[in-house]
Amino acid sequence: MMAVAAGTNRIDPYLIPALDGVAYGLLVFVAASGLVFCFGVANILNLAHGTLYAIGGYTAAALLDGGWASLALALAVGVLAAAAAGVLLAGLLAPVATGNHLTQALLTFGVALAGGSLLVAGFGPDDPRVQVPAALEGSVVVAGHRYAAYRLVFIVVAAVIAAALYLVMRRTRAGMLVRAAVDDAEMVACLGVSPARIRAGVLAAAGALAGAAGVLGAPIIGPGTDTADTVLLLSLVVVVLGGLGSMAGTLLAALAIGEIQTLGVALLPSAAPFLLFAAMAAVLAVRARGLASRWRAT
Amino acid sequence: MRDEVIRRARGAVAALVLAGLVVAPWVVDDYTTAILARTLALALVGVSVALLTGVAGMPTLGQTAPYAAGAYACVVVGGRISDVGVVQLAVAAGAGAVLAALTVPLVVHARGVIVLMITLAIGELVVTILGRWRSVTGGTDGLAGMPAVRPFWGLPALASDQARYMYTLAVVATLVGAVLLLLRTRAGLLLRAGRDDEARLRASGHRVALHVSGAHIAAGAIAGGAGSLLVVAQQYISPADFGFDTSALLLLGVVIGGTASIGGALVGAALVIAVRDWLFGVLPGHAPLVLGALFVATVYLLPTGVNQARVRLRPSSAAPGHPQSPPARDHAAVPELRA
Repeated sequence: MMAVAAGTNRIDPYLIPALDGVAYGLLVFVAASGLVFCFGVANILNLAHGTLYAIGGYTAAALLDGGWASLALALAVGVLAAAAAGVLLAGLLAPVATGNHLTQALLTFGVALAGGSLLVAGFGPDDPRVQVPAALEGSVVVAGHRYAAYRLVFIVVAAVIAAALYLVMRRTRAGMLVRAAVDDAEMVACLGVSPARIRAGVLAAAGALAGAAGVLGAPIIGPGTDTADTVLLLSLVVVVLGGLGSMAGTLLAALAIGEIQTLGVALLPSAAPFLLFAAMAAVLAVRARGLASRWRAT
Repeated sequence: MRDEVIRRARGAVAALVLAGLVVAPWVVDDYTTAILARTLALALVGVSVALLTGVAGMPTLGQTAPYAAGAYACVVVGGRISDVGVVQLAVAAGAGAVLAALTVPLVVHARGVIVLMITLAIGELVVTILGRWRSVTGGTDGLAGMPAVRPFWGLPALASDQARYMYTLAVVATLVGAVLLLLRTRAGLLLRAGRDDEARLRASGHRVALHVSGAHIAAGAIAGGAGSLLVVAQQYISPADFGFDTSALLLLGVVIGGTASIGGALVGAALVIAVRDWLFGVLPGHAPLVLGALFVATVYLLPTGVNQARVRLRPSSAAPGHPQSPPARDHAAVPELRA
């Protein structure tokens, strides 16, 4: 027993943080993919994106009671509420000239301020506790370590969401339209698809993704007064790191952030606050013009 | 003839405002004087935002980063090395410039909304670092207890709110004057030219990236200097002073004031900050809600309202499209001023 412990000592302490990093990264991916859509398809810098996640988080905190039914209910309510908020946002943005990012940024920030304030007014200023389904409350043994069962299941679910997203973009008409809108919005408008409807649809989809991430991720990045800011920041860093490139780029960037935030803290505790910034700087220095490259939706 | 009248009227208004600011501390109470001093410091950050957003065409949400760097550098210097205001100001401006220089590679090739995004991330990360780097910044508790500042060697320390305010006002007036003069030189013209038609400027042999980098570093220095003024005015700093909401408020102020106008930026930023502080006083708990609604309302009113120069980051004909070609700062992404 002692020999085994000594033999695996070098990797062992970092196994759990690394696994946590995968969970964290996938959560960031699901949350950030909404922002990437918004930006890539509808050309909107949505600073209220973190607030959409917070809606999901607070819904989870309010509805979860330890049963599976409550999880399903919270997921449905959270996704619908955040999607509705996305549609509301599209409505608010409609009178503002398309392509005017400065105005969009200010408008969505105003919505984020007001929305955050309403959430705090509705759910109280204290960070609520989130109760995961009782069946997932325990821990399982992974390579000789105890690991929270919920996180393991979360990794699987988030991976399924990511795969579904890929398939929708690749195989469905909606996905094709979205990709076409990225390449040439005017041409899509000529096909008879209203750009306003695409925009509303994209913001609703982005809201749904953020809402789903908020509900499922509540035990990882829980609802609270800082949540919206944290998620917005992480999503923005994903957009920057992923270089508005591909879905795969977004996924890689999100996983990298997850590992930096968990494995980085375990390996280099004193440098941890700087690691994210350093990683972003490194990526941008290597491919300074990466961000200007065209956005592809798959 | 008409231009001459407008210029004189503008000069008269500026002189009146300055005179009002000079007598203000003897009219209002000490508390308001202290708030005014803080507002002046923030308005100076607004000037640096306007320099980048309106003049250089790089909309920024991250000027709180060099502002914070300047403020914390000033506290470290003030507590350990020198209580002379000019020294602290220089160190703070230097710290802001260094931070801006470090981030130049991140923003110099980006344009438009990408700049907004990157600068926002930089600002947030700086706040995160400030909150975690306890040994130097005191973490989220902030730093206080700095010895009183003396403006110059041999002068008495600033002991009253009035004195601190006058010092802040003098520094802000000097720096804004310097910026205005600088913008009238060739450097200012080139900066504006790069914003309006980069391809043409580049074709005539100018190095646009160099101008943009210079403007970024200069704006960083101004914001850093403003950080030292915040320390003087507030005598306490914490990461909360440099949050994302401050960046967004300053950008809103600058947009209200007319992004390309330095004087407008000063007034707009001061106005927005004053409204926020007043709202937090009269509506405890509900201020963010009202503030958010004000943001939305202002955005709707803007196109026909107060600002004479609305920055459009991209001509509407290019709308939901994207930078089509890899060259940085392609034509479509250059901001366009519409009268």
